Amino acid sequence: MSFDLENLVSDLDIRDAILYFKGNIDSEVINKVLDSAEGRLLSSHENPRLRKKVYNVLVESLQNLYHHADHVPSGYRAARPDRFGLIMMEKTLRGYRITTCNFVTTTRVRELETKLTKINTSTSEEIKELYKEILNHQEITEKGLGGLGLIDISRKTGNRLEYKFVKYDNLHAAFRLSAMVTVD
Amino acid sequence: MEPINIEGTPKTPTIKFDSRDGVFEIKGRSIPENSVEFYKPLNEWLDAYMQVPLDKTVVNIKLEYFNTSSSKCILDVFKRLEAIHRSKHDVEINWFYEEDDEDMLEAGEDYDSIIKVPFKMIEIVE
Repeated sequence: MSFDLENLVSDLDIRDAILYFKGNIDSEVINKVLDSAEGRLLSSHENPRLRKKVYNVLVESLQNLYHHADHVPSGYRAARPDRFGLIMMEKTLRGYRITTCNFVTTTRVRELETKLTKINTSTSEEIKELYKEILNHQEITEKGLGGLGLIDISRKTGNRLEYKFVKYDNLHAAFRLSAMVTVD
Repeated sequence: MEPINIEGTPKTPTIKFDSRDGVFEIKGRSIPENSVEFYKPLNEWLDAYMQVPLDKTVVNIKLEYFNTSSSKCILDVFKRLEAIHRSKHDVEINWFYEEDDEDMLEAGEDYDSIIKVPFKMIEIVE
């Protein structure tokens, strides 16, 4: 069987996902996904603190895909090769899990792993200081501020970010990132 | 200087900057994909206002959500206000946050620790 981004979430039951999208992540898709998620959260009378955190994490996750997903490998079937990704959200016992999948070039794998390891091994106080350091001293580009989205997701959730890379070919890896959004 | 009046959208905030009364407001959601493009005219307007600021400038920030790229653009707004404050003009930043929205309160505290301008944290009780 040929590889599909969906293979990265085969351990999750996508039939139970309250939100699922795979395809080109453009501005219109982001609007629709956010509208849909907000509608679901409001209609289920979710705790306002949790609802806001989930919305924030969804915004950053979608915009990470929009700005940072690399082109799909040649030969991979996608309607459009750029900004191709997958996003899903599930309700769990303690909150919500938001998962994104996309392709990255192998040269970026180490850079991403370094960032994620630093985030996952930092205390909440260190994460806060790191956030302020990048906010105050890094120049913004049209893609945002390097790594600030990941730091923000970690800070908002207070949980470790779960991730994995699966080699696709010599030049590309598939990247999965999951954030558990919970409140005390 | 002509005031800035921009209607909010689901992804961009309402902006009201008026140099006649020195009251500025950013309100709503700031989650556009390209924040730099949205905030560029605001910062250009502030560059001009900095040359002839009023004795007192009051800035009301009432954000419901903002993304990380907006956070940098908002900091750029605050840095201009800090320059006005440094030039011996009163500047007051009122940071509004909804009851129980600890993330928004923390975001205000982050700015307060970076920017040397008096910040007032104001809780909105529903």
